[in-house]
Amino acid sequence: MALLQISEPGQSTAPHQHRLAVGIDLGTTNSLVASVRSGVAEVLPSSEGELILPSVVRYLADGSRQVGREARDNAAADPHNSISSVKRFMGRSLAEVLATESNSPYRFVEGEGSVPRIQTASAKVTPVEVSAEILSLLRKQAEATLGGDLVGAVITVPAYFDDAQRQATKDAARLADLHVLRLLNEPTAAAIAYGLDEAAEGVVAIFDLGGGTFDISILRLNRGVFEVLATAGDTALGGDDIDHLLAEWMKQQAGIEVKDNHGLNRHILDQARAAKELLSECDEVLVEIEDSEYEWQGLLSREAFNELIEPLIKKTLSPCRRALRDADVSRDEIAAVVMVGGSTRVPLVRDNVSDFFKREVLTHIDPDRVVAIGAALQADVLAGNKADGEMLLLDVNPLSLGIETMGGLVEKIIARNTTIPTARGQEFTTYQDGQTAMALHVVQGERELVSDCRSLARFELRGFPPMVAGAARIKVTLQVDADGLLNVTATELTSGVQASIEVKPSYGLQDQEIEQMLRDSMDYAQADKDARSLREQQVEAQRVIEALDAALASDGDDFLQADELSQIQTARAAVLAVAEADDHLAIKSAIKTLETCSEAYVARRMNASVRKAMAGHNLNEYER
Amino acid sequence: MQLDFSKNYFELFSLSVSFDLDQGMLAARFQELQRLLHPDRFASAGEQERRFSMQGATLVNEAFQTLKDPLTRATYLLSLQGISLDNESDTQMDMAFLMQQMELREALDEVRENDDPLQATIGLLDEIAVLSRSCFASLEAHLHEQAWSEARDWVRKLQFLRKLRESAVALELALEDEL
Repeated sequence: MALLQISEPGQSTAPHQHRLAVGIDLGTTNSLVASVRSGVAEVLPSSEGELILPSVVRYLADGSRQVGREARDNAAADPHNSISSVKRFMGRSLAEVLATESNSPYRFVEGEGSVPRIQTASAKVTPVEVSAEILSLLRKQAEATLGGDLVGAVITVPAYFDDAQRQATKDAARLADLHVLRLLNEPTAAAIAYGLDEAAEGVVAIFDLGGGTFDISILRLNRGVFEVLATAGDTALGGDDIDHLLAEWMKQQAGIEVKDNHGLNRHILDQARAAKELLSECDEVLVEIEDSEYEWQGLLSREAFNELIEPLIKKTLSPCRRALRDADVSRDEIAAVVMVGGSTRVPLVRDNVSDFFKREVLTHIDPDRVVAIGAALQADVLAGNKADGEMLLLDVNPLSLGIETMGGLVEKIIARNTTIPTARGQEFTTYQDGQTAMALHVVQGERELVSDCRSLARFELRGFPPMVAGAARIKVTLQVDADGLLNVTATELTSGVQASIEVKPSYGLQDQEIEQMLRDSMDYAQADKDARSLREQQVEAQRVIEALDAALASDGDDFLQADELSQIQTARAAVLAVAEADDHLAIKSAIKTLETCSEAYVARRMNASVRKAMAGHNLNEYER
Repeated sequence: MQLDFSKNYFELFSLSVSFDLDQGMLAARFQELQRLLHPDRFASAGEQERRFSMQGATLVNEAFQTLKDPLTRATYLLSLQGISLDNESDTQMDMAFLMQQMELREALDEVRENDDPLQATIGLLDEIAVLSRSCFASLEAHLHEQAWSEARDWVRKLQFLRKLRESAVALELALEDEL
């Protein structure tokens, strides 16, 4: 319980140990883990001292896996089994993936539902499982460095990720045995790191061009408040696309027409990437293809490179314009433009953004690390290590949410760039006499036609009494939580029939599939899992008791009747009684009972804290 | 179990029920409340506290959005008087205003026939802004006089203008992308 956190400022709170929490930047090309240690956020190195983990997983025939540099270095030799840029497939259906990855070396196959599987030498794997391998390694790396179990992680996602992509990321964390404290938007994470580091104030633009995704976010920074005004982007635009363009150019120059030599393709892509990186520093580079069959060398000037990629770079400006419009700020009002993501090292990107915003862009912040650092700072706050609560983060949902109505049209319920958490309801009615069920289709996107938006979920509300057409009143409520994840409830108001679903995205994994994957994961023995759960529940029990005691001491008498207090005390004693035993389920259940008993108390305290905060203000203060 | 903060959105932020409002003060109080209630404060808390926090933060966000925008603020003020705006069988609109709307809508639809469509769109946006300002002035005057029915008419006009503006902005963005 966080009762402690609404105690009086300055009031002593029970000392608790530093809770280990990390921020993870799960990137298309590279991933990093960072944490706040002794008050400083820093990227945690691997046992080999490396800060950056390439987001590549190789599945070997003997069932083992390589993750990171080793997998990346072997990718050209083993293209089918070395999965890179898997972030591009997260939350996508097989059909969507096949439509965009016609040249991909991976063997995509169907599985249950619409989630694509990749056939590898060891198994068929989903993008969620591949991401989980990366997260799992980062978790182990962090636990080894920090010397203990993590209470949780803040995992960053592109701001423009839709619900399916966010849900897939959360599923991957679950498979990696990571408790997600928050899904945090990447540009927002960068803004936190930048804002706190430089005590920046005013309206800033974060231009985040990574390996596979592009985001632009406009934020207002004001004394520890990070308020996202608008965000826009493209979840399929990044440095990868530059590499592919350059690789195609190289093949054309070298006269290579063969398309399905995946080892060669990988090799050319690696060369293209190296050339791109060099061109950030040099005016001209030598590009080479050196394969058993093909050999080619050529010169590429920065000028020619710029000409090649310019149309791609220009694609980032349209979201910039839209974000400014949605934020209702003009270019002159922007105090700083912060460049984030490895692809912003490309000089043409910097020049274009600089021209667009009519100002110098800030490039002194390490574009690779800043997102992980920001996530670590947020994780430290969420884990409860910062009692002062100076930081307040107000983020938005990136895409409009709506319901399909007659004629395949979308009725928008929550507009894009609404501050989250948010909830909004809309009433619908039946169109046939005697209708007792209604199918609902939730979509995400800006277009008017359902077919142009992304389908999130379909569900049915059943069992309401038959009425004449138009008499039923079905209220559908869409709720977006602080992770940007959607929850839908529907009620027929005249009868009170309720249907509720958690939106399992049309393209997501089912709960039971994830359970099965968890059971199947080789390196995760049940005994380890039980021991971990027990430690977690014991820590939780201790925290709950400490928080309750502190709350009761401060205002238990004000808010509780004697019988309510005695009920709470009984439930408290029951938690203490099982806390030291080794049954994690018993502890969990005792905590649950205690929470149920104290529900009214918690609500009264929260109401009182709000009233108290506002009572300090004179109603007519502003009329003076 | 529900949270129960206040009778209305104005009271939630300890502000007088009035169309005049100090935006700076509204924002400051909004942030003060979110510092107390935001889910980030409860990320490590028990399930029920997280639920309350989400409920509370959602309500505060909704209240802030409603009061921040003068058009939704006016609509909300009217709803506090029991006056609804989403009534299908509505009273008639001022004919002159409707004609003006149709002309503007037509000009927008035909904007691509101009020599400089972007400049023409920007011109239309300016025109809409001028009209909106004068409508807001009338709205404000009627709200002050508690002439609710007249105020409601001005809100409806402003809703038309808002929709028109959205279309114009979408067109402006599309035209800029084509440059």
